[in-house]
Amino acid sequence: MAKKVPEIPGSSLADIAFMLLIFFLVTTTMDVDSGLRRKLPQWVDPSELKDQNNEINERNIFVVLVNKNNDLLVEGDYEQIENLRERAKEFMANPYNAENLPEKEPMEVPYFGQVMVSKGVISLRNDLDTQYGTYLAVQNELVAAINELRDELAKQQFGKAYEDLDDDKQDAIRKIYPQKISEAEPKGKNI
Amino acid sequence: MSKFRKDDGKGTPEISTASLPDIVFMLLFFFMVSTTMREVTLKVKMRIPEATELSKLEKKSLVSYIYIGEPLPMYQKTFGKAPRIQLNDQFATVDEVQDFIIAEREARDEAEQPFMVTSLKIDENTRMSIVGDVKQELRKSAALNINYSSRKKAER
Repeated sequence: MAKKVPEIPGSSLADIAFMLLIFFLVTTTMDVDSGLRRKLPQWVDPSELKDQNNEINERNIFVVLVNKNNDLLVEGDYEQIENLRERAKEFMANPYNAENLPEKEPMEVPYFGQVMVSKGVISLRNDLDTQYGTYLAVQNELVAAINELRDELAKQQFGKAYEDLDDDKQDAIRKIYPQKISEAEPKGKNI
Repeated sequence: MSKFRKDDGKGTPEISTASLPDIVFMLLFFFMVSTTMREVTLKVKMRIPEATELSKLEKKSLVSYIYIGEPLPMYQKTFGKAPRIQLNDQFATVDEVQDFIIAEREARDEAEQPFMVTSLKIDENTRMSIVGDVKQELRKSAALNINYSSRKKAER
């Protein structure tokens, strides 16, 4: 008969595991990093910028101004942030080809054929003293407006949400509703 | 002799703790899988704003973080109350952002560099002047993919 090896006591295993557990609880975080994805424009030297005259028609620009008191001025009148999304959607879609809303030009898009694509651009300008929270809320509403339009078009054309579509179908929709949000350099304190 | 004799005087039997390590290990693995390591010790106070149109940051290794906010109370004696930029583990000025981005880029594989994202974690009460300066610096250093870190807003 083989000699019996004494068993290692397992009672301290729990303590060791607890110690490890507490270590991981303290050193790790659980928050998922998510946020609003944006793309900054290329850096252009300010001296080169002057001789470009931007010939964008007045009706094609959706002007959003945010002042230092976090008030919104949309296309010349005061607006609440709750209504911004609807205004931006109306501007980008221009369903009745209204005179004061952006022009459209015909464009060949895969899956859709010849469609009228809006030439509208959203222009956002903030003051130096604007709060970041307000600025992000405005950005969020503008991005949301375009996302909603894309989603509606995707449902109408393909019967699916925009996010569930294939890449080339998403590309086609992106062509019809591009995310044209331009951010002007903030003016100084003289607004 | 009765089969259903009361075992008097013995008290209740102790609960076996043999499975306790297993339970704790299970918890441990859960936390190891579902959490991420803290990258830096925060020196600024931040309340991240809320938004609805969120997208997740997919590749953690390609993300560099810039924190902006009011310094924590223990640093306020030296750095004051005005919002400051934090890069890695220390306070920085706007001019240092470019160097930080270049250093971050050097640390990555060349093939992965175009997919790098800068996550801006900014307190919602910060004024836009400092944010605008940082954005200009990011444009100058051609780090154009940015992500305004925000929390999920509850549905209205």
